[in-house]
Amino acid sequence: MVSGKMKRFTAAALLTLFAFTLLTAYLSPFAYMTSTAFKDLHQFSRPDAPLWPAQEKSFTWEGKEYPLYHVPFEDGERILALVKKGREESLFVDPQNPEAGEIRWEGRWRTLEPVWEFSPRWENFPEAWEAIDFPRLFRNTLIIATVGMIGTLLSSIAVAYGFARFRIPGKKVLFVILIATIMLPRQVTLIPTYAFFARIGWTGTWLPLIVPHFFANAYNVFLLRQYFLTIPRELDEAAMIDGASPLRVLLSVILPLSIPAIVSVGIFHFIWAWNDYFEPYLYLATKPELQPISVGIQQFNALYSNQPHMIQATALMGLLLPVIIFFLAQRAFMRGVVITGVEK
Amino acid sequence: MEPSKRHKLSASARREARWGLLFLSPWLIGFLVFTLVPMVASLLFSFTDFNLLRPDEVHFVGLKNYRHLLHDPLVEQSMLVTLRFILISVPVGMLFPLLLATLLNAKRLKGKPFLRTLFYMPYIVPMISAAYIWRGFLGTTDGWLNKGLAVLGIKGPDWWNSPRWIYPALVLAGLWGVGNAMLTMLASMQGVPTELYEAAKVDGATPIHTFRHITLPMISPVLFYNLVLILIGTFQYFLLPWVIKGPNGDPGGATMFYNLYLFKTAFPYSDMGYGATLAWVLFFIILLVTLFLFGTAKYWVYYPSEEV
Repeated sequence: MVSGKMKRFTAAALLTLFAFTLLTAYLSPFAYMTSTAFKDLHQFSRPDAPLWPAQEKSFTWEGKEYPLYHVPFEDGERILALVKKGREESLFVDPQNPEAGEIRWEGRWRTLEPVWEFSPRWENFPEAWEAIDFPRLFRNTLIIATVGMIGTLLSSIAVAYGFARFRIPGKKVLFVILIATIMLPRQVTLIPTYAFFARIGWTGTWLPLIVPHFFANAYNVFLLRQYFLTIPRELDEAAMIDGASPLRVLLSVILPLSIPAIVSVGIFHFIWAWNDYFEPYLYLATKPELQPISVGIQQFNALYSNQPHMIQATALMGLLLPVIIFFLAQRAFMRGVVITGVEK
Repeated sequence: MEPSKRHKLSASARREARWGLLFLSPWLIGFLVFTLVPMVASLLFSFTDFNLLRPDEVHFVGLKNYRHLLHDPLVEQSMLVTLRFILISVPVGMLFPLLLATLLNAKRLKGKPFLRTLFYMPYIVPMISAAYIWRGFLGTTDGWLNKGLAVLGIKGPDWWNSPRWIYPALVLAGLWGVGNAMLTMLASMQGVPTELYEAAKVDGATPIHTFRHITLPMISPVLFYNLVLILIGTFQYFLLPWVIKGPNGDPGGATMFYNLYLFKTAFPYSDMGYGATLAWVLFFIILLVTLFLFGTAKYWVYYPSEEV
């Protein structure tokens, strides 16, 4: 009995340990990003530098700074400041006891390991902020994402209501077509759409990134419709008997009961628009002042490809808001994914 | 009495249909303007020499674009690159989320909500950020993976500059995109009735047996749905390697995906006639593959409701 319990406990512990190890490996690129974003450019030229942001520690002696090294002696290793470099032997000073004077050490100082100290370089962020003009990118992305979100909410709610509550000839076929558009490769519509937007002068503006969202989206319609179907029809009918029009029923019966689904759709769109890269690039490549954050980061990093700390700082700035929103709204978010993914 | 009643009913039915269509109208208009008309236009473009640099000189050229496509070495090369990548990345893109979902569904696992949220989280990261993070993480000398391999005494490969290692590198970076697949598979596993597992236990089935004969068939609709989406998505893959390696398909053409070639033809080169031809051929291939998958569904996808 006890051994059975013991065995079960061990199995649970091993399984949990495995899951957490896998998670650590899976998320380790985030650690790389964060650590690199705080490094000094100087650190990248040093192959012996640690993984974390660090600087070589030094010691000030008689008004001058000297680098610290791990120096091996017969009776063990000591941390000493290198004051005079020599080919075969060098002079050191003990930072604990500088009065003792210079210590002679035989060997090549270049083989010694420097003493690194943890030293995050916070200035990388204000510098990256300035370099990519973060406030402008942030404002542009916010406007594109928010207006598009309003558009997709207004239109997808109306369409989902139409599919959920009305008998319309051919509705089943229309719904199948709607779902099929999820599988339609974007390329097959992209070229004429681009040519059309170019002809009416919308390229180089935000309009191609915003206006199409006012015409509903299959995922959002599906999610909202599934939700609307769970609301009892008797509530609509009661309101109808009181003389409410279908629009009134939508506004005062359906919507107040569908807040969770509406929140899911809103977050989906906002994060999607925040992360979207290809179409903003396509339509705004020549308009830096209108670009959203994804395009701004890419254009900046293409110029500074030899500055890993700046690249990782901008990568971090780009993902911060969507990740924060996800953590705050993870329940609504993941429930929405499950509804659109499992119930189809 | 009867006819007038029927007439009255149909009048209210018509009224209902009118209201319904009114609510559907944003999508109906959007479908026409942003899907149906562009699709047809795209097909028409493919029979012309339409170039955005001289939009007023369009000529009908018949099947010239299609003939050119058949003899275009870049079409063949880029389609082979795409197919090779599909062969590596689709199995990983299905198996890795399946493994994660199975792990997160294990009864004895502790900290499930925490693990689920964090395994999902990379899916939220913007593609641009993910591209730069993975480019650095898999860097030849400064990347953490190669540094870790060096500790084990293994010399890590030159991930991004070797035509051989770039696909594994892209597949690794793609692991961050499995969130939705994992979550839907997990939700589907949680929906499997526990009586089935209890019955299997009574029959003395091993865990592998149970997984193979209960879990997999029960979640097969979600597996099917994810397989269709991932295949369609991978046929169109090009953005991540394009951001990391640039527009030339480096190294040595290994990232010259079909869609990159399509994009370059239609946009930087403004050759929209040929671009539309490439797009329609891709659409046609994807359509055939999707129809084929739907055709196989009856052999391996289990829909409980059909048996009722």
